[in-house]
Amino acid sequence: MAGYIVKRLLAMIPVLIGLSIIVFLIMAMIPGDPAQAILGNFATPENVARVNRELGLDKPLPQQYLIWVTNLLQGDFGRSYILNRPVLDEVLERFSATLILAGTSLVLCSIFGLLAGIVSAVRQFGWIDRTVTFFVLIGISMPSFWLGLLLILVFAVQWRVLPASGMFAIYGGGDLLDLARHLILPALTLAVVATGVIARLTRASMLEVLRQDYVRTARAKGLSERKVIYRHAFKAALVSVIPVIGIQAGFVLGGAVYIETVFQWPGIGAMLVKAISTRDILLVQGGVLVVAASYVLFNLIADVVQSLLDPRLKS
Amino acid sequence: MSEATAANGQAKARKSSGRPSAWKLLMNNKLAATGLWVLLAIAALAILVPVLPLPDPNVTEPADRLFPPLTEGHFLGTDHLGRDIFSRLLWGTQVSIAVGLSATVIAAVFGSLIGLVAGYVGGRTDNLMMRGIDMLMAFPYILLALAIVAALGPGLLNALYAIAIVNIPFFARNIRGITLGLKHREFVDAARLSGKSHVGVLFTEVLPNVLPVIVITMSTTVGWMILETAGLSFLGLGAQPPQADLGSMLGEGRKLLFTAPHVSFVPGLMIFLLVMSINLLGDGVRDVLDPRLKSGALAAPSARTAIDRDVVPEVEANPDRVLDVKALSTHFDVGDQVYKAVGGVDFYLGETECLGLVGESGSGKSVTAMSLAGLVPTPPGVIKGGRVMFEGADLLEVSDADLRGIRGRDIAYVFQDPLSTLHPLFPVGDQIAEAVRAHQPVSKQVAWDRAVELLDLVRIPNAAERAKAFPHEMSGGMRQRVSIAMALANDAKVLVADEPTTALDVTVQAQVLKLMDQLRRDKNAAVLFITHDFGVVSEICDRIAVMYAGRIVETGPTDAVLKSPAHPYTRMLIDCVPVMGQPGRRLDAIAGLPPPVNDLPDGCAFAERCPHATSECRKGDIGLGPLGEGREVRCIHPLKETVL
Repeated sequence: MAGYIVKRLLAMIPVLIGLSIIVFLIMAMIPGDPAQAILGNFATPENVARVNRELGLDKPLPQQYLIWVTNLLQGDFGRSYILNRPVLDEVLERFSATLILAGTSLVLCSIFGLLAGIVSAVRQFGWIDRTVTFFVLIGISMPSFWLGLLLILVFAVQWRVLPASGMFAIYGGGDLLDLARHLILPALTLAVVATGVIARLTRASMLEVLRQDYVRTARAKGLSERKVIYRHAFKAALVSVIPVIGIQAGFVLGGAVYIETVFQWPGIGAMLVKAISTRDILLVQGGVLVVAASYVLFNLIADVVQSLLDPRLKS
Repeated sequence: MSEATAANGQAKARKSSGRPSAWKLLMNNKLAATGLWVLLAIAALAILVPVLPLPDPNVTEPADRLFPPLTEGHFLGTDHLGRDIFSRLLWGTQVSIAVGLSATVIAAVFGSLIGLVAGYVGGRTDNLMMRGIDMLMAFPYILLALAIVAALGPGLLNALYAIAIVNIPFFARNIRGITLGLKHREFVDAARLSGKSHVGVLFTEVLPNVLPVIVITMSTTVGWMILETAGLSFLGLGAQPPQADLGSMLGEGRKLLFTAPHVSFVPGLMIFLLVMSINLLGDGVRDVLDPRLKSGALAAPSARTAIDRDVVPEVEANPDRVLDVKALSTHFDVGDQVYKAVGGVDFYLGETECLGLVGESGSGKSVTAMSLAGLVPTPPGVIKGGRVMFEGADLLEVSDADLRGIRGRDIAYVFQDPLSTLHPLFPVGDQIAEAVRAHQPVSKQVAWDRAVELLDLVRIPNAAERAKAFPHEMSGGMRQRVSIAMALANDAKVLVADEPTTALDVTVQAQVLKLMDQLRRDKNAAVLFITHDFGVVSEICDRIAVMYAGRIVETGPTDAVLKSPAHPYTRMLIDCVPVMGQPGRRLDAIAGLPPPVNDLPDGCAFAERCPHATSECRKGDIGLGPLGEGREVRCIHPLKETVL
């Protein structure tokens, strides 16, 4: 197993290089003088020249890339001139808030999605199945940023039971309970689409597995239906659902952009949106890289979990 | 003409009318049709908005700020600048649909081009292009779009490009897959040989064949693209004022969430309706164009075969018989067709006896065996009649819980092809221990030890180690031994072996047969042995029952039947078996095919293929008649000669 993980970690390297090249090229697409874009319209010509020199923007593209990557590897993601602090510090601080939100959402959508999928497969064509199918359809068509507003209206404005925004209460908050109260609405909103996708796939995958010969064998042994479904069928279905949960990690990380804006969650998504409108290019670059790299890591974890479940995949 | 044949004729007439048109199929899908109508209504409003008698969407009127919906002159009220929301909504919908569709078309064109070229050219080009596509997919979906907007600057057109680029990989991947499959097809080769250029072949031969996939991918992604461009506008990165799409209306309305929620509610609802109707339609289009992709449409089998008996015969108790089956019939209802897979089967198993159930594939022998413990999948299987008497109870009448107690404890199965019948994700020892624990109140450790003993019993070398192996790590012969061990876990009184040696090569077959024969004698189990191979039958079975088209046509002691088969079908099956030392003997396959069990003829089902058939053979129902000691045959002209 350890060998397999090392192999997969090594396979991550070319992907990360590819990611950095794409991010680099996108930033090279910026029309006009990038240093001007980085410093803003009121920068002095001296400062523009300095940034150009620092970033090696006067050199050919491949050399620029090498300088940039070397800096990245030394933990130097550049400086946000608007926030006046190193990009990496800001990004890591914001990313931890996003991880709390996205991680909670991923756990929620996995649990709800898998449960709904199983139940609706087992009760195929029954009323539970139809109800689940109906909500899945609504879930995957729902603009999450709108759903967030609706939930704020109901729970924060009408019933006043949950806070509408932020990560902690401004006065007297700060403990875990306070965090949980602030987390409920955004985490639920963020989980809705992914729950629908996972539920849909789990249902299809369970129905596929329930037709397999080994499920008949389990029944022929005289096992209870509960064992047949939750032990034999579910384990096999999970193998094909795990990679989709990995992909949903990407949708949840990306979707956090909307949710963090709606709920004013101090995460990396809200940071990116702000950075884009203030043209804080280096901050965008750093933020995108860190989130994309963490997504690659999520997928690696999904792969490892999948191969733990299915020993056939390791060979 | 009987009613049955009339119904049959009707069914045939319907079949010949062919598959209904794609449009009809789409309209038959209620959800897809609803989606289409909603979408058409929204699109009509969006297109007609310039000629509708509505206020200008951009005229501000500070005096008319924030009117609630249903205000006179403002159907949906006004926003913070006094603009008419209904008018803005329709204009915004127009923009959103146009942007979403444009993004879809751009993504489809570029993505399909990449896919076509990569799939058709192959080699290095393919490798390079697909690596690039993989890289794009390594980004979280919306994040890449954000990065692109960050570089190009906020704006509706830039948002459109960003969303299109992000969706290119979906098209490229799907189209490349299909192109790869088409590349070496005959018609592509033929076009090449006729002198067409590569480009010509790609666009006139390959492209038309990948078009359905392009349409499917478009219909399943266009909803997303509308949603995501609206999202970018919501964040203020798409449409810039005064231009408005649904997303930017929602984004502006958000600031008034607490005072005038309708300003943000209305555009959000429109996005939702639009995307939902497109998704409904997209799913419908996909199901019509590519039914294989339709997921979860097939029914999962229930825990026990459905029972709906028309015929429940009386069975006299007979203590010599462990299992006594009377008039068992199992049908498959598929559409308006009824397949009589098992059409009234009688047989019994004496104590410690081995009965061979022999027949060609499709004769109903496996379905007979599965029916005993209710293991035929429902739908489509239904047990339509008969009794399965076991220890004084009818297995077709016992409760589900009682049946579970009997399965694996009293009646145990050995299936064909253990690669698919053993669970691929559990070690074999686990699977055997589970069978033990299903019926014996022992600890996990005791069950595991018992599993190792059983593996040892079926002569698996180094059983303690091998118990930890997964099925895919074992050879076919070893796997079959595992499934035999599993069947022996609870000292069952009846073993049902469904072609247990068919998937094995000949030497292993002989070993497994010998093992089974010895074990059933050691354990005093009765065996129902299902096979199509008379060679196998003569090795292990005390008696034989020959099945044809869902019914038993001959039964009797093995030696007697083999020596002087009475049914012409039995005779022909025996003639198919090669005999050592008679190389000159002709191995004739039986000419013709068995009749389809959804359209059985009157009289003898074998008459069509029988050299001795007379007109009498094609009339009425021919019963199973006695023929000497312990033998029965379903034939009015039984053979009398003996085989060599």
